Amino acid sequence: MVEIVPLNKKWNYLRKILERSGPFQQETFEPSGEILEFLNNTCKILVIGAGGLGCELLKNFAMMGFKNIDVIDMDIIELSNLNRQFLFRRKDIGKSKAETAAEFINKRIAGCKVTPHFCKIQDYDESFYRQFHVIVSGLDSIVARRWINGMLISLVKYDDDGNPDVSTIVPMIDGGTEGFKGNARVILPTLSPCIDCTLDLYPPQVSYPLCTIANTPRLPEHCIEYVKVILWDKENPFNCALDGDDPEHLSFVFEKAQERANKFNITGLTYRLVQGVLKNIIPAVSSTNAVIAAICASEVFKIATSCYEYLNNYMVFNDIDGIYTYKYEAEKNPECLACSSKVRTIAIKNPSSMTLQDLIDYLCNNPEYQLKNPGLTTTLNGKNKTLYMSTVKSIEEQTRCNLTQSLHELNLSDGQELVIADVTNPNSIIVKLKFTDNEVEMY
Amino acid sequence: MSSPESDKSRKYDRQIRLWGDHGQSLLENSQICLINANALGTEILKGLVLPGIGSFTIIDHNLVTEEDIGSNFFLESSSLGQNRAKCCTQYLQELNPDVNGESIDENVDNIIANNSDFFKNFSVVVACSLTEKSLIKLSNLLWDFNIPLIACKSLGFFGIARVQMKEYCVVETHPDNKHHDLRLEEPFEAMLEYCEKIEYGSKVPWLVILFKHIQEYKKTHDGNLPETYKEKIELKDMIRSSMTADEENFEEAIRSVNSSFGGGKPNSTIQHILNDESCTKLSKCSSSFWIMAHALKDFINKEGTGYLPLPGNIPDMTAETALYINLQNVYRAKALQDADVIFRRVQELLEELNKSCDSITEKEVRLFCREAAYLSVTRGSKIADEYEKGSNSALVSSELENIESLMGHYVALRSQDRFVTEHGCMPGEIQVDIDVARIKSQASRLLNDWGINAQLNDDLFHEICRYGGAEIHTISAYLGGCIAHEVIKLVTRQYKPFDNTIIYDGITSQCVTYKF
Repeated sequence: MVEIVPLNKKWNYLRKILERSGPFQQETFEPSGEILEFLNNTCKILVIGAGGLGCELLKNFAMMGFKNIDVIDMDIIELSNLNRQFLFRRKDIGKSKAETAAEFINKRIAGCKVTPHFCKIQDYDESFYRQFHVIVSGLDSIVARRWINGMLISLVKYDDDGNPDVSTIVPMIDGGTEGFKGNARVILPTLSPCIDCTLDLYPPQVSYPLCTIANTPRLPEHCIEYVKVILWDKENPFNCALDGDDPEHLSFVFEKAQERANKFNITGLTYRLVQGVLKNIIPAVSSTNAVIAAICASEVFKIATSCYEYLNNYMVFNDIDGIYTYKYEAEKNPECLACSSKVRTIAIKNPSSMTLQDLIDYLCNNPEYQLKNPGLTTTLNGKNKTLYMSTVKSIEEQTRCNLTQSLHELNLSDGQELVIADVTNPNSIIVKLKFTDNEVEMY
Repeated sequence: MSSPESDKSRKYDRQIRLWGDHGQSLLENSQICLINANALGTEILKGLVLPGIGSFTIIDHNLVTEEDIGSNFFLESSSLGQNRAKCCTQYLQELNPDVNGESIDENVDNIIANNSDFFKNFSVVVACSLTEKSLIKLSNLLWDFNIPLIACKSLGFFGIARVQMKEYCVVETHPDNKHHDLRLEEPFEAMLEYCEKIEYGSKVPWLVILFKHIQEYKKTHDGNLPETYKEKIELKDMIRSSMTADEENFEEAIRSVNSSFGGGKPNSTIQHILNDESCTKLSKCSSSFWIMAHALKDFINKEGTGYLPLPGNIPDMTAETALYINLQNVYRAKALQDADVIFRRVQELLEELNKSCDSITEKEVRLFCREAAYLSVTRGSKIADEYEKGSNSALVSSELENIESLMGHYVALRSQDRFVTEHGCMPGEIQVDIDVARIKSQASRLLNDWGINAQLNDDLFHEICRYGGAEIHTISAYLGGCIAHEVIKLVTRQYKPFDNTIIYDGITSQCVTYKF
């Protein structure tokens, strides 16, 4: 055990910012020694994700005087993480990211208490998320971002006049990276634009038409998709679902995709491409994660100490051609699914030909909804009725027959309100169906 | 069966997807030198050790202070009082066993004075918070050795980094929006033949449809191509009228009208490179880049009839497989043919220059031809000149009039350097008010030296004195990430580096580039 010597001058640098006034400080900032004490003893931060951004964030917070940090991540460490997730070593492969990262920081930085949570964000409820002063997310999943966004919105309480109670707002700083590009944003749930307000920022995933994959492949990607969506189920080589992490599965796909590529004279198929397509791999480097996590942590520091105005509210970074940054103020969507109380209306042109499946497809594919596995319930004749739900097997079986029925056949009427549950939000959302005249186009 | 890839290629997979195996191999052969292992220095090295440089060497004779432990992640409480280079090397080395780390406990001025050849071992030298005097000496030395230098500083919520290199030529710049060069205006023979053989139909690639309609259009327009918006609408209408049903390929052809012209002619950047003296006047010392550029120029003037070699890649198009693949092959064959002409010219040039004919491979030439429209050359300037002969005065004085500009930060940070040289301590280290006046007088003298008459805002000097030399971790982490990537650009010879100074203001999250 190394003896811990109290270092009185350790935070001298931070104290220059926190205990001195300056011309650029936030108006209400009052320099004092209490701010560092607050960071050290009181302030609680939650880091969501202990991956590329998460490792950097934990380090940054520990070096910026924060001592009470929680980190949540359900993943385990893989070899391909080691080029950037610097709190992990080869011997850690297979261990929990959250636990390994926490242990590393606690050992390196005397006095820092990182508490790991090796689980899904969905495993915790409001009482867990309410305890933090600020939440920072470094996630690679849009669904998880939207879920935590919805959770933080539901923490906000309103006063009698309908104004949000500021003390119930937990700020969220969100970072994202892809290759040499990244972005960071500050979200004050219900006050400033949230993740769902700007859903259009996330481009739709690349998908190939089935007829191209089945009949007229032109790219090596088409050949890989062919094995994935058609051949695998047909041949069922290992009697199980395709697993992009299983080297035997990968080799099978590579071999079969190569056969198909040869048959059609398609060139450029590589093992790396097969992996990339099957696992939807996003390229990642250490430097971009460092930059974005540094921006996020600086903003958390500004919010926690009031030393400077925080980012309002979005910035992008790109260092392919020199270094490029751009800040702007994203706008709140007054009809946001997550943070507005407005009920969205879906205009339906022909309720006697539109099936429930059509409606579900619309909710999944429309850029304003982008739902994943919506479960739909409604009230008919004063009773609750589940129209469809895929998440519970028995209910799915019972309600599957509704999918092919038209909205008329399901007795849904003009003005009908549907309650939708989806993985993108911990809370249900309500939409209203509006049956329009035939002349009016749907959507 | 196990995965066919090597362990290293799996570990570095996520970055090899960006800079390729050839980029990774250059990175793994690089030797990086860091002077001063403060938080900024170790954050830079972290961003280089993780992706797997060959080796790093830290030069630092300072002893670890409590402030270091509070700002630098690559130290522990037990490091207090020990040599900073040694402690940081140990913790950085742990990040990646593939990388070799060394520490040198010596004053960098001694090495510059007594053992300057030592620096010849490195691919890039990074200097953090070096004093003006040492930086000027190092700048002169590395300029003569032709070794890139990055000088940087992190102070409070501000940061600055400056790259010094003589010349930097990039073949693979990886532009965000690559424009497909399809040669619709100047079809080559094989393409003409291919298009003439094919009848319209729902299985035909849009490129063929568009090409045929362009020929029709030219017949009725004195052989001219559609140029204006109105003319392009006309072409689109022509295509639409040939449609017999809802055909995706025709729709694609219509959508492509606006983006499919204009490829193949060298733009002004490329012309500038081709007219550069390094390109026109080759010598025994000419690099591969310039020899290939010379051959490229000869091709454009002769066989290419004013056009660049064809890159040979075409976008995906809804079409029957064989029709698409054959079209792709037509383009690829022409690209190989063009590259072959240039390769043969390169061989002639190598012979004329008395250089080994295998010093430039066919593979290199093909890559060069594929990227010919996006080549980049950056010429640098010497930091010593910037410091001794005065800066880019015109730029500084015009920027100082702009309230949004970060040029004031530049002046303030340079004044801070001067202050340290003169007073031997950081401005504001002990007291702020007296030092504000002192640093302002440094700034006035600087501007005077540069012949600039400008009013300086007191606020920036006050803020710098408030910092009292403090290094804030997240600001160093931001700069560290940026600078690590610049080093990667320099050693992989991919992507364009910043040219040549970035200034970062972490208060407003702005980062701007100036050229000195």
